Amino acid sequence: MEKRVVFRSRWLPWVLIAPQVFIIVAFFFWPAAQALLQSVQQSDAFGTSVEWVGLENFINLWNDETYLASFYTTAIFSVSVAVAGISLSLMLAVFADRVVKGALIYKTLLIWPYAVAPAVAGVLWLFMFAPSVGVVSYGLRAMGVDWNHLLNGTHAMTLVVMAAVWKQISYNFLFFLAGLQSIPKSLIEAAAIDGARPWRRFWTIVFPLLSPTTFFLLVINIVYAFFDTFAIIDAATQGGPGKDTAILVYKVYYDGFKAMDLGGSAAQSVVLMVIVVVLTVVQFRFVEKKVNY
Amino acid sequence: MASITLKNVVKRYGFGKSTNQVIHGVNAQIGDGEFVVVVGPSGCGKSTLLRMVAGLEEISEGEISIGQRVVNNLEPSERDIAMVFQNYALYPHMSVFENMAYGLKIAKVPLDEIRARVDKAARILELGPYLRRKPRELSGGQRQRVAMGRAIVRQPQVFLFDEPLSNLDAKLRAHTRLEIQKLHRELGITSLFVTHDQVEAMTLAQRMIVMNDGVMEQFGTPEEVYTRPATTFVAGFIGSPPMNLLKNAPDAKPGTIVGIRPEHLDITAKGWSLNVDALEMLGAERLVYGRWLHGAGDELVIVRCAEDHPAPELGSTIHVTPRAGRLHAFDAATGKRLPI
Ligand SMILES: Nc1ncnc2c1ncn2[C@@H]1O[C@H](COP(=O)(O)OP(=O)(O)OP(=O)(O)O)[C@@H](O)[C@H]1O
Ligand SMILES: [Mg+2]
Repeated sequence: MEKRVVFRSRWLPWVLIAPQVFIIVAFFFWPAAQALLQSVQQSDAFGTSVEWVGLENFINLWNDETYLASFYTTAIFSVSVAVAGISLSLMLAVFADRVVKGALIYKTLLIWPYAVAPAVAGVLWLFMFAPSVGVVSYGLRAMGVDWNHLLNGTHAMTLVVMAAVWKQISYNFLFFLAGLQSIPKSLIEAAAIDGARPWRRFWTIVFPLLSPTTFFLLVINIVYAFFDTFAIIDAATQGGPGKDTAILVYKVYYDGFKAMDLGGSAAQSVVLMVIVVVLTVVQFRFVEKKVNY
Repeated sequence: MASITLKNVVKRYGFGKSTNQVIHGVNAQIGDGEFVVVVGPSGCGKSTLLRMVAGLEEISEGEISIGQRVVNNLEPSERDIAMVFQNYALYPHMSVFENMAYGLKIAKVPLDEIRARVDKAARILELGPYLRRKPRELSGGQRQRVAMGRAIVRQPQVFLFDEPLSNLDAKLRAHTRLEIQKLHRELGITSLFVTHDQVEAMTLAQRMIVMNDGVMEQFGTPEEVYTRPATTFVAGFIGSPPMNLLKNAPDAKPGTIVGIRPEHLDITAKGWSLNVDALEMLGAERLVYGRWLHGAGDELVIVRCAEDHPAPELGSTIHVTPRAGRLHAFDAATGKRLPI
């Protein structure tokens, strides 16, 4: 049954949604509109002169090799974060679904990282992997790996991927756990009677039934890697060494606030906005079609 | 094909203080090719018993054998059984064909033979037109048949059914009951069928196990269970309306309970006197609810008489006589059947 409230007064409903509308307008539409406006303008570093330049900012981006390189970096980063994050959390969820004793503690521990602020997560991992004093880099050196993410781009990328994955695992874990628990036990039992061993049961029954969850998480994780990892990167590597971990959002920030190229930075934001919109549309299209078993 | 032997089978859930024993030593010998129904009220442990045979629950004590093999420590897949679940447990992402072929593929049966077996099962169950559909595109009855098909194609030694008809409407249930009987006649595979519905039990069973609270109360043919119930529980569970179990019948010995089925009481000119309390017209028959007049104690006695028999007036006095040889006697303390 649909639940509906009928308001007698004409203004009360508006008042009730006003806070939400205000927040969306003030923190989403307004900045988005500003970015759109700025992306077709050119201003000097002090904001004293503003000039209308049309699509020039976008054309410049297209011709900017560092921007294209940043795209590549972002692709590597987000694919690594999504794939590693999803497979690890799926594995943890499968284990959690089986534990009988101490399941609550296990689950609580896994959900904790979600409560840690991204910047703090970045700093934590930075400390552990600090080239001269970090615990992990000390251990790595003992194993013959000369860890230095300040000089080695691959090391730096590995570090931010690890921090970003760690931060996102709880979220993925919860969704996978819920997904696993919604698969009827009798399906697994039927497969066991049909002679499928656990590994086969997982790949032929459980995994296909989780595919809507996996796809949803794939999109969410890519969006996360694109946008929400800014603080981790800023705290851990500041986009370095060189530009090896400067993903698109980091470059937006850097070009806008460090290099003071507001127009170029705004154009980059607009590109990012388009990417989010596309991802969201893909998500909804796919989820609508595929989820109904 | 194989027989099933249960020896002192016990099931306990939980450990230590929270131990909960739900099966209390069941002994039964199910013959090769026999169709046995396990019946009892909800929560009496029917599913648990079946799942122990299937290998889905551990056996706490005792021994279960299928054929000559003790299966206590065998995986479900090694027991050579097939099971039909109450919710059918069809793989939702696979077509009907794939659902039926899944077990065969795992057993590495050659593809031509898989096709042949699935086609044959589909023909028997009239599933031919649906082989490419997904389970969600089928009606409840069709899903039920796919679940049966998945069991048939495996050609197992034993079929296990856990209330496979309870999600069907009354008409389809009656129809499927006949189908299952026919299937069993054709294939002759030893079957264990769990239900809480006594009509299903009486019509399907060659022999039936009546369970109550984890205890096997009786194991016998439907006739035996109806005509010679082993305990007051069985007497009260099988038959609708149930047998009258009377402590205050005029000729009851102290410490015993007299049992008489409503259909075995005739309204006569003389006999036990009853005051008519209520009447129910069921179509082909009428139920008369009476209470004792002789004052030994208050008790309800149900009498079932044909619809063409004149209906007694409410509040009037009638006399009933039990038919010869239809009286039962039970020990009031243990509930066990006594010789008459
Ligand atoms: N996993 C379990 N842990 C603890 N107790 C259980 C478990 N499964 C079943 N039980 C208990 O065992 C008893 C028997 O359950 P079972 O499912 O065998 O009943 P049933 O006869 O099949 O009932 P129904 O007709 O409702 O399906 C019940 O009292 C139930 O609470
Ligand atoms: Mg049950």
